[in-house]
Amino acid sequence: MSDTVQLSSSAIRRQMLAEFWFYFRQNRGAVAGLFVFVLLVLTAIFAPVLAPHNPTMQYRDAFLLPPVWQEGGRAEFLLGTDAVGRDMLSRLIFGAQYSLFIGIVVVAIALVGGVIIGLIAGFFRGWVDAVIMRVMDVILAFPSLLLALVLVAILGPGLTNAMIAIAIVYQPHFARLTRAAVMGEMQREYVTAARVAGAGNLRLMFKTILPNCLGPLIVQATLSFSSAVLDSAALGFLGMGAQPPAPEWGTMLAEAREFILRAWWVVTLPGLAILVSVLAINMMGDGLRDALDPKLKRS
Amino acid sequence: MVRFLLSKLLYLIPTFLGITIVAFGFVRILPGDPVLLMAGERGVSPERHAELSAQLGFDKPVVMQYFDFLGRLLQGDLGNSLVTKKPVLTEFLALFPATVELGLCAILIATLIGVPVGVLAAIKRGSWFDQISMTSALVGFSMPIFWWGLLLIIFFSGFLGWTPVSGRISLMYYFPQVTGFMLIDSLISGQEGAFTSAVSHLILPSVVLATIPLAVIARQTRSAMLEVMGEDYVRTARAKGMPRRRVIGVHALRNAMIPVVTTIGLQIGVLIAGAILTETIFSWPGIGKWMIDSISRRDYPVVQSGLLLIAGMVMVVNLLVDLTYGLINPRIRAS
Repeated sequence: MSDTVQLSSSAIRRQMLAEFWFYFRQNRGAVAGLFVFVLLVLTAIFAPVLAPHNPTMQYRDAFLLPPVWQEGGRAEFLLGTDAVGRDMLSRLIFGAQYSLFIGIVVVAIALVGGVIIGLIAGFFRGWVDAVIMRVMDVILAFPSLLLALVLVAILGPGLTNAMIAIAIVYQPHFARLTRAAVMGEMQREYVTAARVAGAGNLRLMFKTILPNCLGPLIVQATLSFSSAVLDSAALGFLGMGAQPPAPEWGTMLAEAREFILRAWWVVTLPGLAILVSVLAINMMGDGLRDALDPKLKRS
Repeated sequence: MVRFLLSKLLYLIPTFLGITIVAFGFVRILPGDPVLLMAGERGVSPERHAELSAQLGFDKPVVMQYFDFLGRLLQGDLGNSLVTKKPVLTEFLALFPATVELGLCAILIATLIGVPVGVLAAIKRGSWFDQISMTSALVGFSMPIFWWGLLLIIFFSGFLGWTPVSGRISLMYYFPQVTGFMLIDSLISGQEGAFTSAVSHLILPSVVLATIPLAVIARQTRSAMLEVMGEDYVRTARAKGMPRRRVIGVHALRNAMIPVVTTIGLQIGVLIAGAILTETIFSWPGIGKWMIDSISRRDYPVVQSGLLLIAGMVMVVNLLVDLTYGLINPRIRAS
């Protein structure tokens, strides 16, 4: 008996995945985004193998060398070097590790925190809900980058603190979304049925209701991932994120600022890397939304 | 409408109090002695410490301190900057017009381009125009604007030499600040070339600041138009034989604008976050740069009150957006 149930539920899961892929595939941009994202992940994983040089190694005979195709470029430094003679290509490759790591950590903290808070607010309602939602309103009243900056000022500049700050700023979006979804699901009969069958609050919250609210949360997680990459780069650019000599793209841009009129490559390439990663994730997010949000499927 | 307004206002009170608690608590959770941080002094004698502590009210219980803080706030006393010794409010008001000027220009650019592009993309859905404009919008939405600003400086200031790199106006011009808006003041001054100089300084920063709102507005307008064009009343209007232009311009656009107006309003927060970066890149003397400078100079009274003023402003703008929404969409008022 239990075997048949097991089988059918995995069949349903396969069916759902197939349906998801069917809708996701329709959006060509999303597939392209996914492709670039996978490339980015592979670059990050195999960075030590792919990078021709150590990203923090300074070559004293090679300051601000242009890329290889320009006059004065050297074959060992394909994309040129920065102001202290570090290989740009290697720094860019290692930068992928930073961006992905930041995205994953920020989304994980914001998602877990937001979902728990949102579940509590949506499930218990009443004064708990009112207090939680007012606190979320307060966080949302501050422009995100400003609040992150102030939090970093409190916690001290650095990558870890920047990630915590960004996660705190993003977390209300997840809380609101979860709360709205939970309130919608609470009205459904299957929840009442589970309650009548004797399910406790925790089981109702996490096993019965939460799985049915995942769609919008996945979409929001993708969007937050790309925003986290952007915002942490912005903090790095303002000197509040990852600290030199870390090959973080935003920090690299900050170091390159004074050379903008002399050496285009030190400015152009890190920014391009940020843009391409963020764009790829956003394109993927669009596809996910089309595939997961039934309301949008028709349009 | 009055009830709608009142309920919105009442709803704001707890949020505003929350903001004051954040601003008040900010200084107290900073690592280090808050008395010395707020007084901007170091290595003082115990007597001087006690004196400062009493002067700043740190010798009272925290709850009393908070009420004192609220009381001073209501009287418009936001403390003095540690660096310039001037009242924070005076500094804020002096720099605020620069940010407003930049922000208004940016939102104008974003709206004037974003709305028509979104409408056209929706009407010509699936065409090359739709695809190119929506791809560009996605690129704009993903843009690290601090990098975009640097690129524009490289191209327009470095390569073409068309625009200046930083500031609000060329140092050649000097005139009294009447409104604080450089475009208007330069016109009033009547000095030849002053207005052109102000425009050339303003153009790159506003384009940079407009990038993300432009992308958001274009995407939102397109999807709102698509939604409205599928509605019964649009089909009815078409079926009655009304010209396509009129159906789109009057029936569809007016209704599609409701969510778009909200989107435009909600860009204010995005604009302020963007202003921090844009003003830093272009050395634009507005509140964004002021906040960044104050954070790095550890001028905590400025950071504290700046936070409060900016959050309060965002809150008021959001309220205005809500009210506009109620005005243009009667269904909201009723509910």
